[in-house]
Amino acid sequence: MAVVEEKVTTWLGRSVKRKEDDRFLQGRGNYIEDIKLPGMLYMAILRSPHAHARILSIDTAPAMQVPGVVAVVTGADLVAHKLAWMPTLSGDTQAVLATDKVRLQGQEVACVIAEDAYTAHDALGLIDVDYEPLPVVTNPQQALAEGAPLIRDDKEGKTDNRIYHWEAGDQAATERAFAQADRVVSIDMHYPRCHPSPLECCGCVADVNPASGMVTIYMTSQAPHVHRTVFALVTGLPEQNIQIISPDLGGGFGNKVPIYPGYVVATAASLLIGRPVKWIEDRTGNLISTGFARDFYMDGELALRQDGKMLGLRVNMLSDQGYAYADAQPSKFKAGLFHVVTGSYDIPAAHVVTDGAYTNKAPGGVAYRCSFRVTEASYFIERLVQKAAYELGLDPAELRRLNFIQPEQFPYTSATGFVYDSGDYERALDLALEKVGYRELRQEQAKLRQEGKGKLLGIGLASFTEVVGAGPGRQFDILGIRMFDSAELRVHPTGKAILKLGVKSQGQGHETTFAQIVSNELGIPPQDVIVQEGDTDNTPYGLGTYASRSTPTGGAATAVVARELREKAKRIAAHLLEAAAEDLEWELGRFFVRGTPDRGVTIQDVAFAAYTNLPEGMQAGLEGVHYYDPPNMTYPFGSYVVVVDIDAGTGQWKVRRVVAVDDCGVRINPMIVEGQIMGGLTEGLGMAAMELITFDEEGNCIGSNFMDYLLPTSMETPHFDLFETVTPSPHHPIGCKGVGESATVGSPAAYVNAVIDALAPYGITNIDMPVTSDKVWEALRSKGVG
Amino acid sequence: MNEQARPVSDEPQMRRRVEMVVNGRPRSAEIETRLLLVHFLRETLGLTGTHVGCDTTSCGACTVRLQGTPIKSCTMFAVQADGLEVTTVEGLAQGGKLHPVQEGFKEEHGLQCGFCTPGMMLVSAALLEENPNPTEAEIRFAISGNICRCTGYQNIVKAVQWAAQKTQSGQAATTVA
Repeated sequence: MAVVEEKVTTWLGRSVKRKEDDRFLQGRGNYIEDIKLPGMLYMAILRSPHAHARILSIDTAPAMQVPGVVAVVTGADLVAHKLAWMPTLSGDTQAVLATDKVRLQGQEVACVIAEDAYTAHDALGLIDVDYEPLPVVTNPQQALAEGAPLIRDDKEGKTDNRIYHWEAGDQAATERAFAQADRVVSIDMHYPRCHPSPLECCGCVADVNPASGMVTIYMTSQAPHVHRTVFALVTGLPEQNIQIISPDLGGGFGNKVPIYPGYVVATAASLLIGRPVKWIEDRTGNLISTGFARDFYMDGELALRQDGKMLGLRVNMLSDQGYAYADAQPSKFKAGLFHVVTGSYDIPAAHVVTDGAYTNKAPGGVAYRCSFRVTEASYFIERLVQKAAYELGLDPAELRRLNFIQPEQFPYTSATGFVYDSGDYERALDLALEKVGYRELRQEQAKLRQEGKGKLLGIGLASFTEVVGAGPGRQFDILGIRMFDSAELRVHPTGKAILKLGVKSQGQGHETTFAQIVSNELGIPPQDVIVQEGDTDNTPYGLGTYASRSTPTGGAATAVVARELREKAKRIAAHLLEAAAEDLEWELGRFFVRGTPDRGVTIQDVAFAAYTNLPEGMQAGLEGVHYYDPPNMTYPFGSYVVVVDIDAGTGQWKVRRVVAVDDCGVRINPMIVEGQIMGGLTEGLGMAAMELITFDEEGNCIGSNFMDYLLPTSMETPHFDLFETVTPSPHHPIGCKGVGESATVGSPAAYVNAVIDALAPYGITNIDMPVTSDKVWEALRSKGVG
Repeated sequence: MNEQARPVSDEPQMRRRVEMVVNGRPRSAEIETRLLLVHFLRETLGLTGTHVGCDTTSCGACTVRLQGTPIKSCTMFAVQADGLEVTTVEGLAQGGKLHPVQEGFKEEHGLQCGFCTPGMMLVSAALLEENPNPTEAEIRFAISGNICRCTGYQNIVKAVQWAAQKTQSGQAATTVA
């Protein structure tokens, strides 16, 4: 049988099987806990049982007596080395080990370093800490009230718990818009605290070589280069002596962006003891002390004309930051990109007022698959638009359609100053409605309502627009470091290549997707391109992977550096073909002389020549590096429809159908893109239905293990029907927009809107997430239903 | 606060010799009686494909097969498995050939970060031995003790279906790369 080889003309849009899978499928991944070094010690952390307390004394002597214990480190020990406090990625400070007070339950108080992990944990119980409990602040309203206990009394001159007050948009224009409105629709919601909870917790192995002074830190890091710089600043160690290696990560979702005390203490301990120190966080430590998400109180109003045209939007937002402002915010944007809250709609005027407050809770709200507060913004506008539709007596789809930014309006400048790159919102919504059978569902809903037998049907929409892919560097930075990203590409003499990136996969499939970009530009097939990330000594500087930025920035850098190599390759090809470079044409993987297609050389021929047979005066080699600073953010969008059935007697709700239309521009590997979307739709369901970190009045964390903090299993998670539209980004080299967070941004509103859609006829307009069955039942009962 | 909850004892820890057949190979070691099975596998035997995700038997990342039955090795002492047979992810491939479940996970993109994958595959393999042609509902029930934070389960279901079909059609497995 003759095998006809398909001629590949593009590597975009191809579901190449993942290159990284083979090692994971055979238990040969290399996660942080798998790393073992000779002479390695183990560290365990003693955490505070109190949410707010003064530390009167710490007695470590009995713990030191345990055979196998090498050291016990307290805040006092760190003070001597100026390491008791460290900067956060938002420019605030955070304790490494508590010295004066503990300010959240679970705060790191002392660390035991021992010959093995069991011994280290044994000794924790022998450390005697005397606490004097203090009044606790567990929400931001309480924090900003007169006479509230001052949480950050360590900060000189700090007299209250306010972290920032920040406004965006045009207040006067918004007031004028509201004055002209026929209708004003308001909503008041809490987007509660939840947690990204990657299945792998955080950890590190710090290896300080006392002879060479080299500091190698293996750590669970989504941003290894930034972490190296911060380590250099915190410790005063020379940056060239610090190497961060972020190995395979068992998920991240933003949780592995911040620097946590455990990393710093392990490094300090290794420095002082002269042996490698390993710290592996347990699940409770992860849930109670690391980067949480959301915890936003949001209220606001939408001004409309009677015909449904939106005129203005006002939003007040109060965020509970925990005891430190630590959510890796671009420095110019105190509430992140929350002011993208006008969403997919052409709203001429908007004004956003945001405040942040300290509380006695964990810091670090960067996390959970969200591009700098876009999730909260999208949830707000999509919930408010549905409410407005009900109040105006319009179908929620119609009100959206009436106000969408139109395709010809792009690039579109929003009322709060974003420049949307491209979009076609109505097309995505129409496709979603067609695929779900919207009209028939509304008819079924009307019929069920008429029958009144306690079976409720809800249909929820969300037509979200995200803003992802930070930079541009002139606007976006982390601690002053501009948000570019980088790619270094080397083509070896045999025509194989290695690509090194400043971003870092946590499961997103970078080893395949970015190889495909190289393949698409140079014609070297993906199996011949190896992708390396995570080792700061071996990759160019980059800001890391979060905020859906890898493809918009690192992917763009890859395409550009590959194109630069192709230019050099063309000159080598001209030399080999004894033709002028201008006379050469390119087809994927091959240069040929224009008009003589048979006279050509492959990229592999050229690669060999780059080391063996060069034009006079040309430098050898075929390699380059590119630092890409995007000209703008990218704006992925989509429309989701969720259909739920509710039993009015019990409040139990079940997802019947999810139809998701996503437009992330050009799709490099559709299989991987769809995997990202399904994962996000599942986490969106988690937030909407079950995930919650809450606290009692004493600041005890409720949700400190997976028996209390509930993640969706295969039983609750529905089947997803995915569809796409493709509106390329006009400024990205291959038209991509990024997709990692689209579904967590877009879907929570769709799930909750579906439940509220079923309950709206009874006058129920809001249930805060997680929308549990008991809350639905209570809401119905309060209206005399069920 | 489980870091604090661990018992403290001044007594030297009791030690005992255990013997197990792990992935078909007899293994023996003298260990502390309090050593968890997952730590015996990971630390004593160096089989790091079995992961710890939650410490409370909730997530299933530590799933291994004990006498063929999937169990969560983070809440079992190694001494409880004395004299028994254990299969970990490292024992899934046989004779240089990937298990159909392993192939299915790759073909259907049933994994992303890979952390839950060993447990998911072991549960799936056990299911298929009992029920060679499971429905979607049966697959979802079988994997419901294992949490995946990345995939949303849909492709895991497809991966198991792929493996079921492959096993039934009796095609030769792919050689391990």
